[in-house]
Amino acid sequence: MNESLWSGRQTATWRNKIGLAEMLKGGVIMDVTTPEQARIAAEAGAQAVMALERVPADIRAQGGVARMSDPAMIEEIQKAVSIPVMAKCRIGHLSEARILEAMGVDFIDESEVLTPADDQYHVDKHGFKAPFVCGCRNLGEALRRIGEGAALIRTKGEAGTGDIVEAVRHLRTVHAEIRSLRDLPAEELMTRAKELGAPYDLVAEVAQTGKLPVPNFSAGGVATPADAALMMQLGAEAVFVGSGVFKSDNPARRARAIVDAVAYWDDPARLVEISRGIGEPMTGINVSVMPEEDRLAGRGW
Amino acid sequence: MSTVGVIAFQGDFHRHLQVFAELGLDARPIRRREEIAGVDGLVIPGGESTTIGMLMDRFGLLRPAIDAVAGGLPVMGTCAGAILLSREIVGTDQVRLGVLDAVIERNAYGRQVDSFEAAIAVPELGDDPVTGVFIRAPRFVSVGSGVEVLARFEDAPILVRQDRVLALSFHPELTGDYRIHRLFASMIVSAGVSA
Repeated sequence: MNESLWSGRQTATWRNKIGLAEMLKGGVIMDVTTPEQARIAAEAGAQAVMALERVPADIRAQGGVARMSDPAMIEEIQKAVSIPVMAKCRIGHLSEARILEAMGVDFIDESEVLTPADDQYHVDKHGFKAPFVCGCRNLGEALRRIGEGAALIRTKGEAGTGDIVEAVRHLRTVHAEIRSLRDLPAEELMTRAKELGAPYDLVAEVAQTGKLPVPNFSAGGVATPADAALMMQLGAEAVFVGSGVFKSDNPARRARAIVDAVAYWDDPARLVEISRGIGEPMTGINVSVMPEEDRLAGRGW
Repeated sequence: MSTVGVIAFQGDFHRHLQVFAELGLDARPIRRREEIAGVDGLVIPGGESTTIGMLMDRFGLLRPAIDAVAGGLPVMGTCAGAILLSREIVGTDQVRLGVLDAVIERNAYGRQVDSFEAAIAVPELGDDPVTGVFIRAPRFVSVGSGVEVLARFEDAPILVRQDRVLALSFHPELTGDYRIHRLFASMIVSAGVSA
């Protein structure tokens, strides 16, 4: 390990957390609300599931406070499938995070999709044995979360909309900001760290390596196989699908098509076959006409 | 130059490709049936064994891979890859290659919160132990008489070899110590000499 880099100075536990994130590259992680949905996802080829009580589209439609799921519901899903099971805690909700860790959840998503518990601070994720995934809209936010101990980053997109535009914007922004650090002379890095609002050591590492120190997946708005292939083409290392599968009219078929599209994202002839006649996607919400206060991506500090 | 193919549907195939490229092999991702014929060695990476097996089967790679290994193609499986190589997987009839005479148990050390690192003595690789990174790792319950056990952890085999099949519970691609990849590269070279 290279100890001149922030990553090289972390503990063995850190390597194990990143290791699980590495094992999840190239696949699809699906939101599920019941053991039956978890089995449909696993049989379609999902590499992991996210157990939650309501998919983001329903959280939007129903309103109210969105919280961590009932442990009984998460445990049923853990029993139903052999693939990793993830679950969400509210931003900054230390206690929900500890409950999920104690349940042996494989990845904890400190997620903007739930109603934040803390409007200033996130969980100190280094203090946990369970790995965390967090959302970001830009490089500064990604590096703040990694600095707090997130072992996996996902660009946020706009969850529960079925509109891919925000996912594209966030992924392009992260990549553009990474490129902008390359070839910077050392004396400019501190000011860039200040501008990004990111830990200096992580900015220095990204400037040297040209990539995030943890895997970067895409989330928020994938509704079709082509959407998933697009995110892979733009450089996402795996794809989260929330409402896109189980709010469509044929979840089993769409789930499999999205898995297949991530496997062959660079093969247009196969994407034709994969996309053909798979039923209606979720209806969706056009983010460009969505009121600012309805947007989830702005949650996170 | 030897060519090594890494099954590249899901899991940490990028890491294996990087390691073999650094060792001077022609390392290629494999996602299509016809690509198997062009390699001198095959790797099944860590990831989710059910997902990788399902996609190999769905896209027609499973049978060609089994046939190629039966015909003498060297193959290495790490973690999920070791599960897919094994003849019997405890408690499941999931899709597999089944080319290794062994019984293996999935997630034998627990869930992610139970994942760990340990120093593993591998006499064949010298006096320095190998750092074993165990992530939701499997464990061999038993191996056949034709299978050599190259390393154990807590008495259970975790690194085994059966002729040209190499299988291990942990993740050498995550540590920067490439001795196990070199071992597999030497198996590819000697298979090429004797073929």
